[in-house]
Amino acid sequence: MSPLARYRFPIAMAALAAAVALVMPAKAPLLVRNTVANFAEMLSVLPPIFVLLGLMDVWVPREAFVKYMGDGSGVVGALLAIIIGSLAGGPLYAAFPVASMMLRKGASFYNAMVLLGAWSTLKIPMFLFETASLGARFSISRWAANLPVILGMSWLMIRLLGPAERTAIVERQHGLDTQFAAHPEGRTRRSHAGYVGRRQ
Amino acid sequence: MHFTVALWLAAGVALAWSRARDPGKTRLALAKCWRSFEGILPQFAGVLLLIGTALTVLSPSTISALVGRRTGIPGMLLTSAVGAITLIPGFIAFPLAKTLLDMGAGVQQVAVFISTLMMVGVATAPMEARYFGKKATLLRNTLAYILSFVTASIVGMVAGR
Repeated sequence: MSPLARYRFPIAMAALAAAVALVMPAKAPLLVRNTVANFAEMLSVLPPIFVLLGLMDVWVPREAFVKYMGDGSGVVGALLAIIIGSLAGGPLYAAFPVASMMLRKGASFYNAMVLLGAWSTLKIPMFLFETASLGARFSISRWAANLPVILGMSWLMIRLLGPAERTAIVERQHGLDTQFAAHPEGRTRRSHAGYVGRRQ
Repeated sequence: MHFTVALWLAAGVALAWSRARDPGKTRLALAKCWRSFEGILPQFAGVLLLIGTALTVLSPSTISALVGRRTGIPGMLLTSAVGAITLIPGFIAFPLAKTLLDMGAGVQQVAVFISTLMMVGVATAPMEARYFGKKATLLRNTLAYILSFVTASIVGMVAGR
């Protein structure tokens, strides 16, 4: 795909933002401020997360993911997913590449869904801020109510998707990985060859 | 803020450790990291632009004015819709939620707003679908939306006035 085609979504969104700024000139400074703040948040959280993901991908063997977070990992796997998710920070979109890497490395679909759920609502840094703004009764009851909700929702997800669909989604993560690897430069080709062995 | 600093420190330490142990593997890790970042960058950029625009049109003051005094199911439907569509960072969302409470919105309305805000992402759906496909994305967001009402009812019972 040409760069222009790949970036058609952000280009369209930039055009939309420009249109809004033209229609509501009074709001234009706020729009610029919001957008700059959003990009600043993304650039402050995502680079270290992607670096850590890249390092984990290379250093943590697939067997470890299968053992501790795979299909047979039971309570340990779910607990790990909750711990990783609640220690995390940053918006939910930062969790997508993390869950993707976990699936690629052999974590179970259930645990990947638990991670997304925990990341979205159980984050400790967020919880502290919520307590400060809305009070402990509010934040603690929301945290406690969300824990079973996340486990139940993840269970529902695997039931509703079914085994074939889940396999397809896991396959998709491998596809994403190799798709990104399919650049023509020799460096990336060599690096791709270096981790072929991770697949079964 | 502290968290972000810790994250950069962790990434820095891990990188230094990795480099000391195996520079080749580290280069491979960084190549993978860049590829996956660059692969999703168009989606990220588009979503962030969309959110910036949405937050401008639906500014915190607009939201307060809309749902400030409403209660009951219509109020919950409205706050949940705002929460599901927008993606407001926590440092804006919690003070906003406090304002809503102070303006007379019910605890349930505010709880469903916070829950949908965190769990449902209509704006980030294109990015989510790129990773997990359309069906799983639709399913996760629908379930999260419905279950947000369950959570909000519990919070309303415990923390309600």
